[in-house]
Amino acid sequence: MMTETAETKTTLTWKGTPVGAVGEFTDVNALMHAAEAIRDAGYRAFDIHTPYPVHGLDHAMGVKRSILTYISFTGMVIGLSSALGMQWWMGAIDYPLNIGGKGLFDWQFSVPIDFELSILGTAVFTVLGMLALCKLPTWWNRYQDDPSFCKATDDTFVVTIDAEDDRFSTEGTQELLRKLGATNVHLVIAAS
Amino acid sequence: MAVSQLEHHPMDVPGLEPVRETLVLGNPTMRDVTSRIASIVESKITLKYLLTLSVTGAMAALGLFALYYTIVTGIGVWGLNNPVGWGWDITNFVFWIGIGHAGTLISAILYLFRQKWRTAINRSAEAMTLFAVLCALTMVLAHTGRQWLFYWLIPIPNQMHMWVNFRSPLMWDVFAVNTYGLVSLLFWFVGLIPDLGTLRNYVRSATAKKVYGFFSLGWTGSTRHWHHYEIAYMILAGISTPLVLSVHSVVSFDFTVGILPGWHTTIFPPYFVAGAIFSGFAMVSTLMIITREVLDLKQFITVKHLDNMAKIMLATGMMVGYAYAMEMFIAWYSGSNWERWIFINRAMGDYAWAYWTMITCNVISPQIFWFRKFRRSIPVLFIITIFVNIGMWFERFTIIVTSLHHDFLPASWGYYSPSWVEISIFIGTFGIFLTAFLLFAKFVPVIAIAEIKSIMPGAQPAHHHDHKLAEVKS
Repeated sequence: MMTETAETKTTLTWKGTPVGAVGEFTDVNALMHAAEAIRDAGYRAFDIHTPYPVHGLDHAMGVKRSILTYISFTGMVIGLSSALGMQWWMGAIDYPLNIGGKGLFDWQFSVPIDFELSILGTAVFTVLGMLALCKLPTWWNRYQDDPSFCKATDDTFVVTIDAEDDRFSTEGTQELLRKLGATNVHLVIAAS
Repeated sequence: MAVSQLEHHPMDVPGLEPVRETLVLGNPTMRDVTSRIASIVESKITLKYLLTLSVTGAMAALGLFALYYTIVTGIGVWGLNNPVGWGWDITNFVFWIGIGHAGTLISAILYLFRQKWRTAINRSAEAMTLFAVLCALTMVLAHTGRQWLFYWLIPIPNQMHMWVNFRSPLMWDVFAVNTYGLVSLLFWFVGLIPDLGTLRNYVRSATAKKVYGFFSLGWTGSTRHWHHYEIAYMILAGISTPLVLSVHSVVSFDFTVGILPGWHTTIFPPYFVAGAIFSGFAMVSTLMIITREVLDLKQFITVKHLDNMAKIMLATGMMVGYAYAMEMFIAWYSGSNWERWIFINRAMGDYAWAYWTMITCNVISPQIFWFRKFRRSIPVLFIITIFVNIGMWFERFTIIVTSLHHDFLPASWGYYSPSWVEISIFIGTFGIFLTAFLLFAKFVPVIAIAEIKSIMPGAQPAHHHDHKLAEVKS
């Protein structure tokens, strides 16, 4: 077992150092209160892993509003402008195509492709932006071998408080989790 | 986690049937949901499954052989000639694209309308969309004639120093269908990520763990991730909704922009979209009736779900019925002799059998869904959905072939029947579609596990008031 040393704050993990504290919840209302309490206690480097999105939990944790909508909007603008630019440049500049004596470029006929490429740009930027903001794919997680942690994709809400957090202390943090109603509270030790 | 409290509708009266039926039967726990759905991928492959797979595989092989024969010989092996230059090829293309639309409708439009019942069927409906688009692309690629020059359809620099004609609706179709396929794939995959994470943690085999782990991208269910994820999902649903309406509108432009009587009408875009949703829901229902039976998922895909889908079929069936009637009326009202003649010919000419098959299957047969008893009868539902599928295929056939076979000059009239090659390719697309669906049902979670959990009673917090934030705000 770990022996309690002085309050060491470190961003490195090596064999025997705690990665963080883990606690399990099964009641969603208790979880909401716990999220607020951990946030209000000043913790920032913590997370709650849930099998499905819990409405309002991000808010209770104090997660900042996602910038994803701006990324998606950028994708839309890029899609739209490339559609307009492509149809104009290819049909009117690079290879002027006379179809029945009509104008070489008119915005009216470009609408279907403008629309489709706007949608495509939005979709691609949304998905890539979402993955980038979540830092996915990351095929490794410091908690991945913890049996509690693996239950988060099944039926348990798992709170993880990282050891990097300024307020983290091996005993105090576990005590807080226990007080908030978490079960099976324990430290996760860096893998050897 | 045991689910203790049940959600009650405000209009519920104790002792009476609840106002809203429960969407998940048998009051399972979250762990039951995980293991019920995840265990499908771990279950042994049965002989019945292999037999079914070999039948659908043989169908696909027949189609691929016919496609090969078409490519090496030329599309002269089809029954197409002047004046009917589009036959089963484009009929099948429109048919398959239409089938796909129900998947997007269920996953996107019902999501925006907060229809919780969609969660049991959206995954498989989206998968169906992907496979249907695949079949549609196969058909449309086959019909181009010299299939190896497919890249002429895409504006890429080429040896001819030419670009495509952006004024052509056929070009719009290339963009619409490919965008649709890609966005549907992204939407489906984003929906799958959390469930693949669940599977990674559930399966025992090390190989399976690696494969599911790879595709789950390392999903951990972090709330910080869910926060971005839910916004992404909402945006994808929001853009898929106008997309799905645009795709079939653009498909209908392939016809309406031509000056051929019977094609040149403004009612086509909404009429095609309604028809697409109609046929798509029929196909989803057919597949769901089989899937819930074979995989024993009646707990999740309940009679209530089928009932809802029957109602949508009734509504969209009447929309296409209205469109059929309005087409006839406008043909008369237009005062155009050609237009009038072609519609009279549709109902009474050489292809009257196709027209009346369409009317019987699409307009008359769904009327039975006015009765709750029949909406909830599995055999009735199954038969009617098959009828609707047949009827919607004949709708496309009627539109395409009857308009072409008799145009302005009697000297250029003709009659079209398909050759064995076209029929084989059509059977082949069903083979590809069903094979892909069978593989999906075995190796991918058929039901959106995370979404099902999120609508279970007690899954979401009771009305919650954040005291600290309220103070800060006031």
